[in-house]
Amino acid sequence: MTAKPFVDIRHAAKSYGTLEVLKDINLQVQKGQIVAIIGPSGSGKSTLLRAINDLDPLTSGEIWLEDKQVNKSLPPRQYEKHINQVRQEIGMVFQHFNLFPHLTVHGNITLAPKMLKGISDKEADDLAKDQLARVGLLDRIDYYPSQLSGGQKQRVAIARALAMAPKVMLFDEATSALDPELVEEVNLVMKKLAEEHMTMIIVTHEMGFAQDVCDRVLFMDQGIVVEEGPPEKIFRNPENERTQNFLRKHLQSQK
Amino acid sequence: MGLDFTVLPEFLDTLLLGSLWTIGITLSAAILSFFGGILFAVIALYAPAVVRYPFRLFAWLFMGTPLLLQLFLIYFGLIQIGVDLPAFVAGVIGLGLHFAVYNSDIIQAGILAVDKGQFEGARTLGLSNWQSIRKIIVPQAVRAVVPPIGNNMIALLKDSALVSVIGVTELTLSAQLAISKTFRPFEFYLAAAACYYVINLLLEAGLRRIERRIQAAR
Ligand SMILES: Nc1ncnc2c1ncn2[C@@H]1O[C@H](COP(=O)(O)OP(=O)(O)OP(=O)(O)O)[C@@H](O)[C@H]1O
Ligand SMILES: [Mg+2]
Repeated sequence: MTAKPFVDIRHAAKSYGTLEVLKDINLQVQKGQIVAIIGPSGSGKSTLLRAINDLDPLTSGEIWLEDKQVNKSLPPRQYEKHINQVRQEIGMVFQHFNLFPHLTVHGNITLAPKMLKGISDKEADDLAKDQLARVGLLDRIDYYPSQLSGGQKQRVAIARALAMAPKVMLFDEATSALDPELVEEVNLVMKKLAEEHMTMIIVTHEMGFAQDVCDRVLFMDQGIVVEEGPPEKIFRNPENERTQNFLRKHLQSQK
Repeated sequence: MGLDFTVLPEFLDTLLLGSLWTIGITLSAAILSFFGGILFAVIALYAPAVVRYPFRLFAWLFMGTPLLLQLFLIYFGLIQIGVDLPAFVAGVIGLGLHFAVYNSDIIQAGILAVDKGQFEGARTLGLSNWQSIRKIIVPQAVRAVVPPIGNNMIALLKDSALVSVIGVTELTLSAQLAISKTFRPFEFYLAAAACYYVINLLLEAGLRRIERRIQAAR
């Protein structure tokens, strides 16, 4: 018997007009599990990830986090309150970092905890230091984002998300915008989170990283999950022809 | 009758006092126009329609009519409905609201230019719509538009001469008073121009300092 899923996506569907971007997707993630989502451009990976915290609302289907439905139907005002609460429990890391350029690293990390959790300045300082230590950037606490490298920016963005003590972390191509030599420092931070048993859903183009870190890999194409399984199986013995083609092309392009 | 600048020293204190009033009215109106501009921009972009449409009419009134008329309306017109403002206050309100409407246009453009990812980043952390606007969007928009707002403030300094017509003894009116006693318009208008020039330099230096301070935070 498997445990009750931590993140549960049931019959998720989404359309833009007549374009069906997600078609009846089901995904259960257990606590502490790390799931990679791979697939060609336009297959709906980002849309699915962004549906989990309702940044891109589904057309139909349900998203559950533990025993709470994320996208439950409520009157607008109540929904706003509900979703702001739920989002505090779901960390998200974007391809382009989305750090706040007008705030220092300290400000970026402490803004939300201060506003939403009412912590004191002293607690906020400690929190910023703890989270920065976690991503190895304690010495950059008073820098502005414009004074950081891409890899450092992304590590700060991860620290900012972690500062809310989320139950699950979502990564949307966290290293795609980085120069190749900066990718590893971000990957290392994510690996560390994996060792700490953070529940993570990771959209990535880096097959090597997915293979190293993830418990499960989903291959998406044209809005459906074509194939899923442990990384060894997906990467070594993919069953589906579309998966095989994608991986072959991908490996070629990486050479 | 040639030029005679020896008449100036006697009225130096008049010109200095006038300069101080000009500085005072400019700074007060600048502050009002800055915060008013932010408020108007937020109303224009985010307020519900019942607020937004009347506001548009108001903004149009301030952009589409002469500042001079607006000052008359506030100073002489409002008395009729029982609002008797001191000339200085009427001048600050008139100049401040007039330039607030212009600043609002610039700030609105600044808000719309803030990257969409900023809003998403804020909402993802759990900030509400309004918290995100207040803490993330507006501060960035304002920083981005400091240079054009600075230009407006220099225009404001020059337009502050208009409040002389409602009897604020700022620089221009001070010069006129000295002229009425000495009949030396050329000398005193030149002197007033020199004072405006110096105040302008000070204002520009102040604006440059603000720009430098926000450089990293952008
Ligand atoms: N706001 C939108 N309006 C219309 N179509 C959209 C919108 N956002 C996304 N789409 C479409 O939805 C599909 C899925 O997009 P999505 O961004 O989820 O793909 P992806 O798998 O993340 O691709 P990539 O690897 O390039 O990031 C694409 O065909 C895209 O054009
Ligand atoms: Mg994507």
